[in-house]
Amino acid sequence: MVLAMAERTKKQRSATRQNTEQPSDTEVAADTQGTDRLKEELDDLLDEIDEVLETNAEDFVKSYVQKGGQ
Amino acid sequence: MAIAKVCGIETEYGIVVRNADLNAVAASSLLINAFLGRSETRTAWDFFDEQPGNDARGLLLGEVLAPEVETHLVNTVLTNGARYYVDHAHPECSTPECRTPSELVRYDRAAEEIMRTSMERAKALLAPDGEIVVYKNNSDGKGNSYGCHENYLVDRAVPFGQLVTQITPHFVTRQVFAGAGKVGCESPGSTPGDVAFQLSQRADFFEEEVGLETTLKRPIVNTRDEPHCDPAKYRRLHVIVGDANMSETATFLKVGTTAIVLAMIEDGVVGDELVLAHPVTAIRQVSNDPTLRATVALANGKRVTALDAQWHLLERARSWADRHGLDSVTVDDGKRILEEWENVLAGLERDPNEVADVVDWVAKKRLVDGYARRHSLAPADARLKAIDLQYSDLRRDRSLAARCGLRTITAEADAQTAVHTPPDSTRAYFRGTCLARFAGDIVAANWDSIVFDIGREPLKRVPMMEPLRGTKALVGDLLASCTTAAELIGRLGDSPQS
Repeated sequence: MVLAMAERTKKQRSATRQNTEQPSDTEVAADTQGTDRLKEELDDLLDEIDEVLETNAEDFVKSYVQKGGQ
Repeated sequence: MAIAKVCGIETEYGIVVRNADLNAVAASSLLINAFLGRSETRTAWDFFDEQPGNDARGLLLGEVLAPEVETHLVNTVLTNGARYYVDHAHPECSTPECRTPSELVRYDRAAEEIMRTSMERAKALLAPDGEIVVYKNNSDGKGNSYGCHENYLVDRAVPFGQLVTQITPHFVTRQVFAGAGKVGCESPGSTPGDVAFQLSQRADFFEEEVGLETTLKRPIVNTRDEPHCDPAKYRRLHVIVGDANMSETATFLKVGTTAIVLAMIEDGVVGDELVLAHPVTAIRQVSNDPTLRATVALANGKRVTALDAQWHLLERARSWADRHGLDSVTVDDGKRILEEWENVLAGLERDPNEVADVVDWVAKKRLVDGYARRHSLAPADARLKAIDLQYSDLRRDRSLAARCGLRTITAEADAQTAVHTPPDSTRAYFRGTCLARFAGDIVAANWDSIVFDIGREPLKRVPMMEPLRGTKALVGDLLASCTTAAELIGRLGDSPQS
């Protein structure tokens, strides 16, 4: 019964989503900007990884050995 | 009625020794000794009531390997009420008991600060190029795991079997927001390349549904029955199934949702609809599927996704909150938990990238996938595993988690204060304040007592069997008005509230 309830809520959730699935032009523009911004952020982040990542990744990964714990 | 969900986190950190001849135990000891320094008076841990072999299911026959109590290794209590010690060749920090999930996030952050200071001070003691690096993760990628355990105060009146059955679905499915992410696979019989990326650090290591072990054949629900408080009234549910999170919001959600589900179990509102047919299989199915579309089998024959199960629990939690209130987790925290819970599920359902500022596995996967794309790397390339490990590097200038825009909860200054100052809200206030004020008169301390030596025989053990006594509200004035430990002991005899 409760799972049925959960399914109902899920349908409501998708209904809510569908209602907002017709974005206006400005929203599309904002959304594209948002995606571009995210992509730029990720690019910057990946540049930083190139700078800080352990220089010999293979050795680092190989030598990262821990004693088992709890 | 649900009782206050007093909670705490114990984290075993990974360590790497560079350019120094130290084994793991010596390196862990050096970190702790370096943190304590010479100036601070050390208070030893009191092993008086350690009984990690007690099983919540009662006396069991057969072969059960009880954890050993390592009384010979460095083991100390800090003025913030935490325990800092060497456990199984790892440095481990157990936060003080906290009254709310948000308070616990602050003390988990403080533990990171403690580890950072330990690294810096240890480096100063080693040769110029020597250092010990600390990682807040749970696996080395080679089949060795170390834990991040949570603890919750639970009403002893709840039958343990009910607790096991009803909390397991949450433990198996909360990975969708609480998983710290892992490159590769370490489950028995697998090779690392079998799974390119999974949600959880720990899921590979769980082989039983319920049991006492913590270092091998790990169970999803651990039965250690060691309440560290009045055993007639309380349990301490010792949760070993979780990952160590770098994201504060993920820690908040992990602890907050679990505290709420436990309170709901106490109030009898968690049914058996989500009982899993095969929890051990399910925990890996959920972890191995970053698309979040995999379904797991329920005991009633149906199949659900982890997100379905979480939506169901959230819905139950909302109606429970309406009827029973949120006092067990406090109203402020409770409202925030329900809101963040809904946001994270909605985000995961639409596009996990929406919650890359909250969910560790999403943040980590973005880095791993982006880096692989940029350099055209195969999934098995060591650089991707290096990103996984370095995500949890606690050195600020190396940590990748610190760079990927995770939303924080704790202000920097509050985290620094929490390194030295206990929470006001639990007996940790009494423990930490006594250590700060009267360390010279304290022989040893542990979770539920402090042993004083005030120059007269015998030693005086002050019991603290109630986690919500010894708070600032109850003993703050008393502690402030005592100038010596002897005076405190004398006046405690007159006070019923310690």
